[in-house]
Amino acid sequence: MAGYILKRLLSAIPVLFGISVIVFLIMALIPGDPATAILGSFATPENVERLNADLGLDKPKWQQFFIWLGNMLQGDFGRSFALNRPVLDEVLERFGATLVLAGTSFVLCSILGIIAGVISAANQYGWADKGITFVVLLGISIPSFFLGMMMILIFAVQLRVLPASGMWPIYGDHNLWVLLRHLAMPALALSVVATGVIARLARSAMLEVLRQDFIRTARAKGVHERGVVWRHALRAAMVSIIPVLGIQAGFVLSGAVYIEVVFQWPGIGRMLVDAILRRDILLVQGGVVFVAACYVLFNIVVDVAQSMLDPRIKT
Amino acid sequence: MGLLTWTRRAVLGGAAALALGLPAAAQTPPGVLVVGQVAEPQALDPHAVTAVNDFRILMNVYDGLVRYASGTLEVEPALATDWEISDDGTVYTFNLRDGVSFHDGTPFNAEAVVFNFERMLNEDHPYHDTGPFPLSFFFSAVESVEALDDLTVQFTLSSPYAPFLSNLAYPTGLIVSPQAVMDNGQDFGRNPSGTGAFRFVEWRSNEAVVVERNPDYWDGAPELEAVVFRPITDANTRVAEMLSGGIDLMVEVPPVALSEFQGDAFNVVEQAGPHVWFLILNMREGPFTEQAVRQAANYAINKEALVNDVLEGTAAVAAGPTPPAFAWAYNEDLDPYPYDPDRARELLAEAGMEAPEVTFYVTEGGSGMLDPVAMGTAIQADLEAVGFDVTIETYEWNTFLGRVNPGLEGEADMAEMAWMTNDPDTLPYLTLRTEAMPDNGGFNSGYYSNPEVDALLEEARTATDQDTRAALYREMQTIVQEDAPWVFVANWVQNAVTSDRVENFALEPSFFLLLDDVVKN
Repeated sequence: MAGYILKRLLSAIPVLFGISVIVFLIMALIPGDPATAILGSFATPENVERLNADLGLDKPKWQQFFIWLGNMLQGDFGRSFALNRPVLDEVLERFGATLVLAGTSFVLCSILGIIAGVISAANQYGWADKGITFVVLLGISIPSFFLGMMMILIFAVQLRVLPASGMWPIYGDHNLWVLLRHLAMPALALSVVATGVIARLARSAMLEVLRQDFIRTARAKGVHERGVVWRHALRAAMVSIIPVLGIQAGFVLSGAVYIEVVFQWPGIGRMLVDAILRRDILLVQGGVVFVAACYVLFNIVVDVAQSMLDPRIKT
Repeated sequence: MGLLTWTRRAVLGGAAALALGLPAAAQTPPGVLVVGQVAEPQALDPHAVTAVNDFRILMNVYDGLVRYASGTLEVEPALATDWEISDDGTVYTFNLRDGVSFHDGTPFNAEAVVFNFERMLNEDHPYHDTGPFPLSFFFSAVESVEALDDLTVQFTLSSPYAPFLSNLAYPTGLIVSPQAVMDNGQDFGRNPSGTGAFRFVEWRSNEAVVVERNPDYWDGAPELEAVVFRPITDANTRVAEMLSGGIDLMVEVPPVALSEFQGDAFNVVEQAGPHVWFLILNMREGPFTEQAVRQAANYAINKEALVNDVLEGTAAVAAGPTPPAFAWAYNEDLDPYPYDPDRARELLAEAGMEAPEVTFYVTEGGSGMLDPVAMGTAIQADLEAVGFDVTIETYEWNTFLGRVNPGLEGEADMAEMAWMTNDPDTLPYLTLRTEAMPDNGGFNSGYYSNPEVDALLEEARTATDQDTRAALYREMQTIVQEDAPWVFVANWVQNAVTSDRVENFALEPSFFLLLDDVVKN
């Protein structure tokens, strides 16, 4: 097992190196440079050259790449031009906010999606099934950013029950309750599409299971219908629902970008969008490499966990 | 069926919990002004930043030696009480205000002023590495800064440079506490200390910058207890926060959202600023080499419709290259080119141009660009109506600058552009002189060249008498309007919205946000 983990960790090195090269090349190739973005109207060639020298961007590109890579290996991701603070501080803070949002959304969509799917399947073609199917299709069809804006209009502007944006109130304490109030709308808006997808797939997985012999046996021996559905059938259906949850987790994480912009959530998606527009090279590069490293690590953990649980996967 | 009753009960219970559990959104407390900003600030070091968004905070935390008098773009004393300019215009001697301290308690004096400018301008200064200082070229004419005594400081310029005082009033000329720079080094931008009406309390990344009342402010302590600057980058969300009471003041209201704020609960404030929105015309090749064709374009475009319909009144029609906000240097006799498509057709016919083909660079956004895509398409329609054949090419802002700034030759015949400046010298000096063509490091991307204009601008820059300068700028404006190297389109009228709890708020022509007189109930 230790050997397998080591092998997987070693195989991550070329992947991360490749990502560093690609993100560096992209930032080097896109038109516009940070000095021009910073100077705006005053970006005369002379001023740009002077500022580039101050920013260390006057060296040859390959040299810049190796300096950046070398510093990164020592844990120094550099300083953001646009925010004037260490890239790593900013990335960690922002990534935490994204995890809070995407994590809550993921829990919401998993629970709501499975419940809706199970109820649908248990009442196939009944009014509950039709109602849920209608709502679910509606949810899948509404773009999340649009839904988010509508929610702001209704709950923040008209009813004034929830704050319109941000993660924390600007004055007062930081506690779980105020966080939940700020989380409610973005997390819900972000989870709607994923909830729909999970509900649809949970429904078909459940229908398949409900037709099987062991369900009939359970009913025949007198198990309460609720027990049949929730205990026997759902447990069997989970085998095909769990992979869908995995895919939706990725979807929720990437979908967070729009929601973060609409709700001004201080997450990493919004950070990258802003950084790209400002040509904040080091922040973009550092952010992308960090997120990529997290994905790679997450995959390794999943693979290792799976190989531990499932003897059919050779280590 | 047991399943369904269970869910119905759960839903009802959940709804009840929500209704009971959520109090109405809290109102912002009295005495604390919450300002909706357009972005997270870069730093609170006035010498290190370039964005108006950052200046809005900085102008309340720091003072300069001079400042713009309220409602104008003319300088008046601030940390300097008075000054003398030598006859040749190269030596400026300032007498400094006595008894002023920085927020960190250290005294403001001549040595502090010297430290500030040395840090920016002298590469060997021990704290020069706390930069970079992108706008330090504002003071590139400064040869030396000396403290004559504790409260007298003398600047020596390498040559006469009339915009010097006006540049001192710009945020790049604000004075920071030397002690705070020494203590914090690179992190000074997050631990600012100045002499201004408000002193820095905290900066919570991506949430808020908080400043509080400076009770010892030399110009009278402000009315507000504190100001909170919140970055809200999305314009729709900013509007929603304003409507829901989450902020008390928002700047740069999108034109389409202005109608939301009619009524008693809000006040809309407007102020024309030193901004020009124009089209650069390529005078080196293509149809716009002919003056008649350039004038035709000026006649053909319905500027009234652009500012009233596309921009919903958030801009005014521009007459020439200098915005009216520079009241002292603006030529009142100049009338904008009227909207006259027939005259445009005549001019095109006179020039013997039939359906001149025009490539038009349009940007998707960018600072001061207002609503560039909608404006670009309206302009295209107007030009086609009189016989031009216009092809639009659209680029993202930084890409756009990368294509336009090196010059339009071989690229396009026409490009959108906008500038916001602090002195009437800056824009024409950088964009309309023969010497300012892109190959010489200027922004004259359309290759306009008129020796008369060159001479006027050089002379205006070295004349220290304001009336003399004004006369020179006025003459320049008349010539440039006639030559029509640009299509003069609009001057941005900056707007802001406050809730009805905010009083005494006004916008400044400089586009800075000054909050020391504002009251919030």
